[in-house]
Amino acid sequence: MIAYALRDVDFRIGDATILEAITLDIAYGRVLALVGPNGAGKSSLLSILTGDARPTDGEVLLDGRPLGAWTARDLARTRAVLLQANQVAFSFTAADVVEMGRAPWIGSDLAEADEEAIADAMARTDVVHLAERAYPSLSGGEKARVSLARVLAQDTRIVMLDEPTAALDLRHQEDVLRVAHELAANDRAVVVVLHDLSLAAAYADDIAIVDQGRLVACGPPDEVLTEARIEAVYGTPVRVIADPDTGRPVVLPRRSALSSSSVPRSF
Amino acid sequence: MTALAPAPVGAPHRHRSRRAAFYAVTGILFLTGVVLSAGLGQLAIGPAEVIGSVLRAIGIPNDWAPSEPLLEQTLWQIRFPRVVISLAVGALLAVAGAVMQAIFANPLAEPGVVGVSSGAAVGAALAITFGLTSFGAWATASFAFAGGLAATLLVYATARAQGRTETVTLLLTGIAVNAFTGAALALLMFAGDSSSREQIVFWQLGSMNGARWPEVGVVVLVGAAATIVVLALARQYDLLSLGDRTAAHLGVNVERLRVVSIVLVALLTGVAVAFVGIIAFVGLVVPHIVRMLLGPSNRGLITASLLGGATMLVYADLLARTIVPSADLPIGILTSLVGGPFFFWLIRRNRRRAGGWA
Repeated sequence: MIAYALRDVDFRIGDATILEAITLDIAYGRVLALVGPNGAGKSSLLSILTGDARPTDGEVLLDGRPLGAWTARDLARTRAVLLQANQVAFSFTAADVVEMGRAPWIGSDLAEADEEAIADAMARTDVVHLAERAYPSLSGGEKARVSLARVLAQDTRIVMLDEPTAALDLRHQEDVLRVAHELAANDRAVVVVLHDLSLAAAYADDIAIVDQGRLVACGPPDEVLTEARIEAVYGTPVRVIADPDTGRPVVLPRRSALSSSSVPRSF
Repeated sequence: MTALAPAPVGAPHRHRSRRAAFYAVTGILFLTGVVLSAGLGQLAIGPAEVIGSVLRAIGIPNDWAPSEPLLEQTLWQIRFPRVVISLAVGALLAVAGAVMQAIFANPLAEPGVVGVSSGAAVGAALAITFGLTSFGAWATASFAFAGGLAATLLVYATARAQGRTETVTLLLTGIAVNAFTGAALALLMFAGDSSSREQIVFWQLGSMNGARWPEVGVVVLVGAAATIVVLALARQYDLLSLGDRTAAHLGVNVERLRVVSIVLVALLTGVAVAFVGIIAFVGLVVPHIVRMLLGPSNRGLITASLLGGATMLVYADLLARTIVPSADLPIGILTSLVGGPFFFWLIRRNRRRAGGWA
């Protein structure tokens, strides 16, 4: 089942071409990682998918219907989005924020599942102990996890995460990607923007590389993440090895040993 | 990650009891304030007589009601209209403040501070100067609404950038709008004859003096309608605090919500300003106190602000009438004397918290 179908999507702001000729299918039941250098157009591509930005040219279909034909509420019941920055203006508690994720379901049959969805989302993101804390007083990583809980509570069949691991420690990074994997195992479509190629390779079913507004490659991690391609896109030499446990690719930058003479004496 | 944990249950209960305590205390203050405000003045009327008169009016015969016609007249033609308009205006200004804070996602947004009140004042002053007040209560109110709407739109267009409102920009916009409307008001006073000049001066300071039933009717009617709409939008206001994009992802039509809310703020502020002048800071102080006591959730915030604003202004009016013997101190002076320092404290606290001018 295809969630999103993008056909020849162009996106321009003024004279600047942000995205060009993007053709991509996003399927239910899979985790798709969007990777690429800074400014490649990953977040813009995500904005096109969420409906925040309209493509200048081309077509975006969601469940076979043009994205523009969806009402805001139906869209909110279909896809949930975690943005990079998640500020909350007033002193809502973490539990309040997670509960806001249920807003699209008010007045539907699923509204009865509110309590359960909220409790489940908070447990999966390890924020139950933060429930009564004021959101603005939380640390960056705690905010990111509470916001993720809000997205999970929305309980949609498509979940989009823009750099969800940026503020997180090692354990919580793994946790978030594991949650993404579980969502896909439950037949949901997950799109996640990541910078860490090894993390993407470990958990994603497909990886799409975006570079200078174009889709360079899309497919299973071991096909997409070749040394030559990563070096061409990122402009730095890398080594790709297989994870001894899982066999999935691990991307390591090639580094030369720092010569001791280059360290200033005053240190 | 970990096993499914039970939902936290302690919190809602604690909130509920806090809420009950808030409404109980404010409710008692409210009723006391109403009875005191109706009774105190140059002609003192006892609380029993006030209650008795009201009971008789709603068809319950009793022995408390005053037998003297003068007392009855004073109550029903002077005191009660004034009490009701102070309640209504306080409630409307507090609600308008809460709505502005929600759509700007900034606790310092307030109709008086950012110039919506003075915009409405220019509209109303136009009506006074050109003698349109003879067309009845609605004429002044419509002009005030138009002026308030223009000011709100201006502030909104100027102060918002990339989906958020910087405090500095908001306050600077307020300064600019207030400077301009101040000049416009001065111009209107300069152009008008001495009677309209005097009318504008006193009304600019804010006063409940001379409130009559038709005006009270306009304020209550428009205010009630606008408040019902605001309450229906309360949940969406909560979502706005997550930021525009996230609110949109949760199904809120952000642009439409803002436009509707701007009209509502102009409407609430406009009718309040039209008949009692500029009463600043109520929309700042009341929602802020409520937020500290009951939390920021907008549905509770708006209902509590409604009651809190009404209560606050009924006491402010009582004080304004009685603090100087045989004189009616303009209530706007009083609220600004209290609200100004409060605003100052709020700015300092906000800055300390945000670690800068956020």
